[in-house]
Amino acid sequence: MYTIEKTHEIADKIFEIWVNAPHVARNARAGQFVIIRTDETGERIPLTISRASGDLVRIVFMAVGKTTHALAAIKAGDAIADIVGPLGHPSEIKAWGTCVIVGGGAGIANTPCIAEALKAAGNTVIGIIGARNAGMLILEDEMREACDELHVTTDDGSKGRHGFAADVLKEIVAERKVDAVWIIGPTIMMKITSMATKKKGIKTFVSLNPIMVDGTGMCGSCRCQVAGKTVFACVDGPEFDAHEVNFDQLMQRQRYYMDQEKEALARWNQHVCSCGEGR
Amino acid sequence: MGDRPADIRVRDFLEVDCGLTADEAVAEANRCLGCKKPACVDGCPVNIDIPAFIGLIAERKFTEAALSIKTQNMLPAICGRVCPQETQCEVLCILGKKEKPVRIGQLERFAADEERRTGIKAPVKKAATGKKVAVVGSGPAGITAAGELAKEGHSVVMYESLHLPGGVLTYGIPSFRLPKDIVKAELDQVLSLGVEVKLNHFVGRSVPLDELLSYDAVLLGTGAGLPYFMGISGEHLNGVYSANEFLTRVNLMHADRFPEYDTPIAKSSRVVVVGGGNVAMDAARTARRMGAKVTLVYRRRAEDLPARLAEVHHAEEEGIEFITCANPTRILGEQVVTGIECIRMKMCELDASGRPSAVPINGDTFTIDCDVVIQAIGQGPNPVLVREIQGLERGRAGNVVADGDGRTAHPKIFAAGDVTTGAATVILAMGGAKKAAQSINSLLATR
Ligand SMILES: Cc1cc2nc3c(=O)[nH]c(=O)nc-3n(C[C@H](O)[C@H](O)[C@H](O)COP(=O)(O)OP(=O)(O)OC[C@H]3O[C@@H](n4cnc5c(N)ncnc54)[C@H](O)[C@@H]3O)c2cc1C
Ligand SMILES: Cc1cc2nc3c(=O)[nH]c(=O)nc-3n(C[C@H](O)[C@H](O)[C@H](O)COP(=O)(O)OP(=O)(O)OC[C@H]3O[C@@H](n4cnc5c(N)ncnc54)[C@H](O)[C@@H]3O)c2cc1C
Ligand code: SF4
Ligand code: SF4
Ligand code: FES
Repeated sequence: MYTIEKTHEIADKIFEIWVNAPHVARNARAGQFVIIRTDETGERIPLTISRASGDLVRIVFMAVGKTTHALAAIKAGDAIADIVGPLGHPSEIKAWGTCVIVGGGAGIANTPCIAEALKAAGNTVIGIIGARNAGMLILEDEMREACDELHVTTDDGSKGRHGFAADVLKEIVAERKVDAVWIIGPTIMMKITSMATKKKGIKTFVSLNPIMVDGTGMCGSCRCQVAGKTVFACVDGPEFDAHEVNFDQLMQRQRYYMDQEKEALARWNQHVCSCGEGR
Repeated sequence: MGDRPADIRVRDFLEVDCGLTADEAVAEANRCLGCKKPACVDGCPVNIDIPAFIGLIAERKFTEAALSIKTQNMLPAICGRVCPQETQCEVLCILGKKEKPVRIGQLERFAADEERRTGIKAPVKKAATGKKVAVVGSGPAGITAAGELAKEGHSVVMYESLHLPGGVLTYGIPSFRLPKDIVKAELDQVLSLGVEVKLNHFVGRSVPLDELLSYDAVLLGTGAGLPYFMGISGEHLNGVYSANEFLTRVNLMHADRFPEYDTPIAKSSRVVVVGGGNVAMDAARTARRMGAKVTLVYRRRAEDLPARLAEVHHAEEEGIEFITCANPTRILGEQVVTGIECIRMKMCELDASGRPSAVPINGDTFTIDCDVVIQAIGQGPNPVLVREIQGLERGRAGNVVADGDGRTAHPKIFAAGDVTTGAATVILAMGGAKKAAQSINSLLATR
């Protein structure tokens, strides 16, 4: 069992929790992820390591389905059954020159760490973070601190610039020489946003989030098409060259269990109502 | 007692084979001639003293029989169930020449089950040596090595990336062949020797290589868990599984009991399994128990099926349809699988494996409607850790090259099981692990 030390709703339906997991925390690097299982009947779900400090690992997630709702309902001092990691390859941190890091929605969880590592490696780092509305924007302070320059967008204009992160990215690559770009967020957002750097041939990384089971290369559930080849995102990634990724196939595979996910969430909601647990 | 009736057992995941009663076991044990030079023992990769333990069963000394087996094999209830006895110990039994060989596997299982029923005694171990050994992987190889080394008094840390120990015993072989409470009881008994188990530790990531190499010796038992795909079109469709994924979802995550357990699995009515080995049989029979009509497609003839004969019979009894001499060419569907196209194969001259090589008959294709395709065409050694270790030699299939005693090209690193041989058997992994443990022992004795 792994104790949850702190938990906090940092934005609308977005939570951060700190888990005591020395084996993960001491070895984690920017871009890697964990797989957690809340309890004995739970599913194994992957979540990015948003930050590691001492023996603690921070994960930041949006409550979308059964497992993330259950995770959000866990109180500080309680424990989860399992956390394995760090998994996957770290981000490719080196002296690129000028880097742009784009975070969308819960994907922003991932970006401060990468920005800090790139900064420490001597890069100029430009951040762009976008959310549906002001209430859903997360980790703005950490990104402002980590980046040389930060742009904020919201889809409804309730904060920062009215529009999408992709709009800002387009302008930046038109005006300045950019050497590497990271785009992390919902799959559709990564697909659209990465078009902004394609023509110019700017090296662009996206962090893929297919459905996983073991996270150690043993099941093939997480297989994706990159540059026409089958890769296992959990061990070959999760970051890949955005311009080579077959996003449509990824989105199709992410939808496979939609019916069961709805059923599981409905069951959870019923459980929460009847026992008064949760938030 | 024999097998439970097929029409009943396909509705649950309980064990198919009920084993022997005490009287049946004693009668069977009495058939054994107690040969002076027992041929059967040569067929057992861990050299169990077969006439000795069978003699004890004949005398109704069941616990003593189990203890006798355990001096050579710490997992008898498991091996008695899953060993391919018919090609190992039993094939060499002298009685097999005239009538049926002694049912050694059943007797082994019986003794172990009796001992467990009456309470397993903790094994004894030597005084602490102060030496530390890391074991990577908790499958049959890792467990066996950890047990042997702990008995010698070394302090053993066993790392496992999944949330439960056991490797394929836990996530791969279905409970209707190998009940999970039996796996747990036998593993616990080995681990009670004082092995420190660190679950959720993916070595190479959760444990950096320099930390791993700070141990006095390392045993790699990481298995052959890398699933192969055929590389045909349509493999990305929803509904296409590797056997590993399908079996893991059910055995490890209990997706068959969704929504009581959270892990989902396809709701399917028609499943096609590709392959002809034990893994294919397990996947097919698992899918059948989840309510699907199951067809197995294999590219050679029925007599070439690499699976154990008993498993093929079990599958047939349970209503699995076999299509032999056919190979899939593409998987059909828009987003979700709707069918699979296959081509008929003709058998030509024998190939290197001694089986006829299968060659497609141009244009002779047919389609099977289905909503799930499970590929069970083989697995390769887990590459993730071994490719990162400097100074290890790797073979063509990505396996770690080790000599007959588990020594690798790296002086501190030993390897055993599927990671050295490619997908093989439980007992071979255990045999290899015992040898590797002896090598580690000699290394530690000289330091
Ligand atoms: C490498 C990686 C890193 C991730 N990091 C984060 C993160 O930092 N924060 C965050 O909010 N989300 C992250 N995700 C997504 C997160 O795993 C899913 O939101 C979560 O699994 C949903 O579980 P659920 O039961 O709450 O929802 P469900 O209702 O079960 O599913 C909602 C959606 O999540 C996806 N999903 C479901 N099960 C899995 C699974 N086992 N593996 C992967 N995806 C699944 C499906 O596409 C599904 O449509 C990451 C995914 C991956 C692969
Ligand atoms: C479905 C199926 C049915 C089978 N049926 C039979 C049968 O009836 N009879 C028979 O004799 N054999 C059978 N086999 C084969 C048999 O199970 C294997 O040969 C045997 O399990 C190999 O043992 P192992 O210890 O080498 O590896 P495994 O059992 O594969 O165990 C390896 C373990 O190492 C862990 N691991 C890998 N990498 C790392 C890492 N970096 N860090 C930490 N842990 C790691 C894995 O998670 C796994 O738990 C079957 C196999 C399958 C898949
Ligand atoms: S371990 Fe396997 S091969 Fe050895 S005696 Fe038992 S059943 Fe036969
Ligand atoms: S060969 Fe057969 S009869 Fe002889 S000891 Fe072995 S099991 Fe008994
Ligand atoms: S999650 Fe199983 S192989 Fe990647």
